[in-house]
Amino acid sequence: MTHKMKIDGVEVTFSEGETILEVAERHEKDIPTLCYDPRLEPFGGCRLCIVELEGARNPVASCTTKATPGMVVRTATDTIEAYRKTLLEMVVSENREVDVSPLRGYASGELANLRDKYAINGTHITGAKSGTRKTDENPFILRDYELCISCYRCVRVCAEQEGDHAINVMNRGFHTQITTEFDGLLKDSACTFCGQCIQTCPTGALADKKALRAADEVTNAMPDKTRTICPYCGVGCSVDVLTKDDKIVGIHPAMDGPANQGALCVKGQFAYDFVQHPDRLKTPLIRGTDGELHETTWEEALDRAAEGFQKVHTEQGRHSIYGIASGRAPSEAAYLMQKFIRVGFGTNYIDNCSRA
Amino acid sequence: MSNPLVDMQKPDVIFCIGTNMTECHPVAATGLKKAIARGAKLIVADPRRIGLAEMSHLYLPLRVGSDTALLLGMAHVIAREGLIDEDFIEKRTTGFDEFFEHISQWTPEWAETITGVPAKDIETAAMWYGRANKGAIYYTLGITEHICGVENVQSLCNIALMTGNIGREGTGINPMRGQNNIQGAGDSGALPNNYPGFQSVTDPKYQAKFKTEYDREIDLEKGITKVTALELCGETIHAMLIDGENTLLSDPDREHCEHALRSLDHLVVVDLFLTETAELADVVLPATAWGETDGVCTNTERRIQRVRAAVPPPGVAKPDWWIICQIAQRLGFKGFDFNEPKPIFNELCRISPIYAGLDWDRIEEGGYQWPVPYKGHPGTPMLHEEEFVNGRGIFSNVHYRDPAETISDAFPVWLTTGRRLASYHTRTQTGRAEGIDYLLPEESLEVNPDDLERWELTDGEWCKMSSARGSINIKVKATNRSPRGTVFASFSFADVPVNLLTGSGYDPVTHTAELKVCPVRLEPL
Repeated sequence: MTHKMKIDGVEVTFSEGETILEVAERHEKDIPTLCYDPRLEPFGGCRLCIVELEGARNPVASCTTKATPGMVVRTATDTIEAYRKTLLEMVVSENREVDVSPLRGYASGELANLRDKYAINGTHITGAKSGTRKTDENPFILRDYELCISCYRCVRVCAEQEGDHAINVMNRGFHTQITTEFDGLLKDSACTFCGQCIQTCPTGALADKKALRAADEVTNAMPDKTRTICPYCGVGCSVDVLTKDDKIVGIHPAMDGPANQGALCVKGQFAYDFVQHPDRLKTPLIRGTDGELHETTWEEALDRAAEGFQKVHTEQGRHSIYGIASGRAPSEAAYLMQKFIRVGFGTNYIDNCSRA
Repeated sequence: MSNPLVDMQKPDVIFCIGTNMTECHPVAATGLKKAIARGAKLIVADPRRIGLAEMSHLYLPLRVGSDTALLLGMAHVIAREGLIDEDFIEKRTTGFDEFFEHISQWTPEWAETITGVPAKDIETAAMWYGRANKGAIYYTLGITEHICGVENVQSLCNIALMTGNIGREGTGINPMRGQNNIQGAGDSGALPNNYPGFQSVTDPKYQAKFKTEYDREIDLEKGITKVTALELCGETIHAMLIDGENTLLSDPDREHCEHALRSLDHLVVVDLFLTETAELADVVLPATAWGETDGVCTNTERRIQRVRAAVPPPGVAKPDWWIICQIAQRLGFKGFDFNEPKPIFNELCRISPIYAGLDWDRIEEGGYQWPVPYKGHPGTPMLHEEEFVNGRGIFSNVHYRDPAETISDAFPVWLTTGRRLASYHTRTQTGRAEGIDYLLPEESLEVNPDDLERWELTDGEWCKMSSARGSINIKVKATNRSPRGTVFASFSFADVPVNLLTGSGYDPVTHTAELKVCPVRLEPL
């Protein structure tokens, strides 16, 4: 059932259950947020998404307020924008730095983007800084709480999306600190190193250590992104491969991936660098008369491969040759493998690696 | 999978059997966790107390290889309690009366004697699943890697058909595929019994079609499976082309496998690394990897998705399709003059009815799940909605069979094998990913703490594990994840080649190896 409400003077329709923020975003209103991740239950912590609601004494958080018929909402009045700017100045003042490498995580530039949008240069607010960096020698997740703004997105993504409940909060008020059970290492917690916390963090407090190691953190330029599918299990999660100068430097989950909607696991998130490992085969190899494999050219290797099949075919017949297709290579490879056997030898002597 | 992945959040009752989903398909498992948070009940049947078992509302710790008995017992209770969907059985199935008669003898008390699962828990599981409005089954290799893999799957079909838990949202029989394109490899016809698109090689209609399409006579009978081919190496099989598989480590009975590959006159391996298998080859051809190759993959829910190159390959590595074309052209084979992947995929679509509505450009966004029978068809997220492919769902009067080998005085311990979260198959990839060793540096044998004394083992020390086929040394790890009398190891680490021991038997229909059951003996080192 659809209803009507007014946003910034324009009548719009919405469905039962939608929040003001959701309706406004659908109508291309640019409401700032920091604690909001559309995949998570609304939290209402950062208060940046406040809007003016006719009839309400104070501004309301649009992420937690459900739209109701007849509502009249103003999203960007001078007062609201002034409140937002002050809130942002307070947040910015607490953090060690705001400009962080985009390789820290998918959302790590959110705070910097808002600071620029609201033209905050320096701040008149001084005072205590955010929590302290946690030493954790794990190779994947940097825990740089000096950049934490207590938006709880990491806590919520771990609980609501991943179902692992590895990340907790200790203390209250200004001393709030994101941590794990018993304030220990991630390795000793329920953490599965899926990296979801890194990717939802809006400040880079939780960051992709591996990506930071892989690329020079000094350059804050966005890496190139290529949309593809994870190379591991059969779930088929969509990912964006991050590259700089032909080097893979990291992986971002695709928030609109049809099979994963932004989720990944430790393998998809972090086990990508086999691709550019020095062990990769770089040239064809053929076995020499000395019994060893030797590097050679494509011409020679392909000739040798073909001659071997030709010889066995001639001497032993067409039922002496067998093909095993890969479950890892794309379908074009499997298709041509079966075509090679069927067209070439007229047999069905073809299988793939699914039986073991 | 009969149902799409998004359905995983929707069932009332979820029955997971033989699937270690939180480790092997972690992102799919997040859907189950959401369903549980929403109030769904989770039943887990697995010999090991895996992560899913810890999350479950009812855990059925069955003895390895006893799945058919458990499922017969559940079917008995569903029938006895009148939890069958009579309307569904009448309209959509065949053979129920005989099946009803068949299962009357297989009581949960009988099933307890085989499985070790208390009869009352089998009853509870049957009642929960039988009473569910939406009951969904998820399984993986714990069901299929047995000599009775076919009976296990048929047993799951039986309980789904009895209760009408198929063809609707949040229900279904859902096998989780283990490799990024294992579904696509089958779709593409890399099977001894099917042409591309699962068109049977023994059906005269398709025989005629492919005779025309490929312009030559092709055998009218099925080919042999890989398992049979490996057995015949050196006898009738003398040459092999292996693309991207580390057969030596991933397949059972490594010694037999190595002997087989060594006895070939000609072995060509296409791969990314000089794997244990490639080391035996006469010719090794370097392929481009994930991230370097444009192409198409199909996931476990039959979703057809584009993979894309992001970086150039090392050295002179080439895409698999290019390599196969080059060999084929040298042999004078027709139809291999491709210069890019697009026309190859389009040819696959043209000759496969399940892909008929697709082409390279249409799958850009990954929006289709097969079958897509014609252009304009939206795809088929859910199978079996109106009718089954073969018309009616067939009840199978299955019987329980013991595993190929059972424990004895010589080999008194059940070994079951599998995978772990941080490693993938034979570690050709994850073993070369920096940081993974921090989470999983080595393989270990999971042993119940109460069994240590009995077998004179020490936690953290090495032991010798032997089966009828060989012995390996492996470090002992005491954990309650293993039940008493059963131990677990993965086959991922080359220095702990667990598949030296496995290979006791194969399913007679699918030739899938019984990798989940292998009696062994443990001795301290």
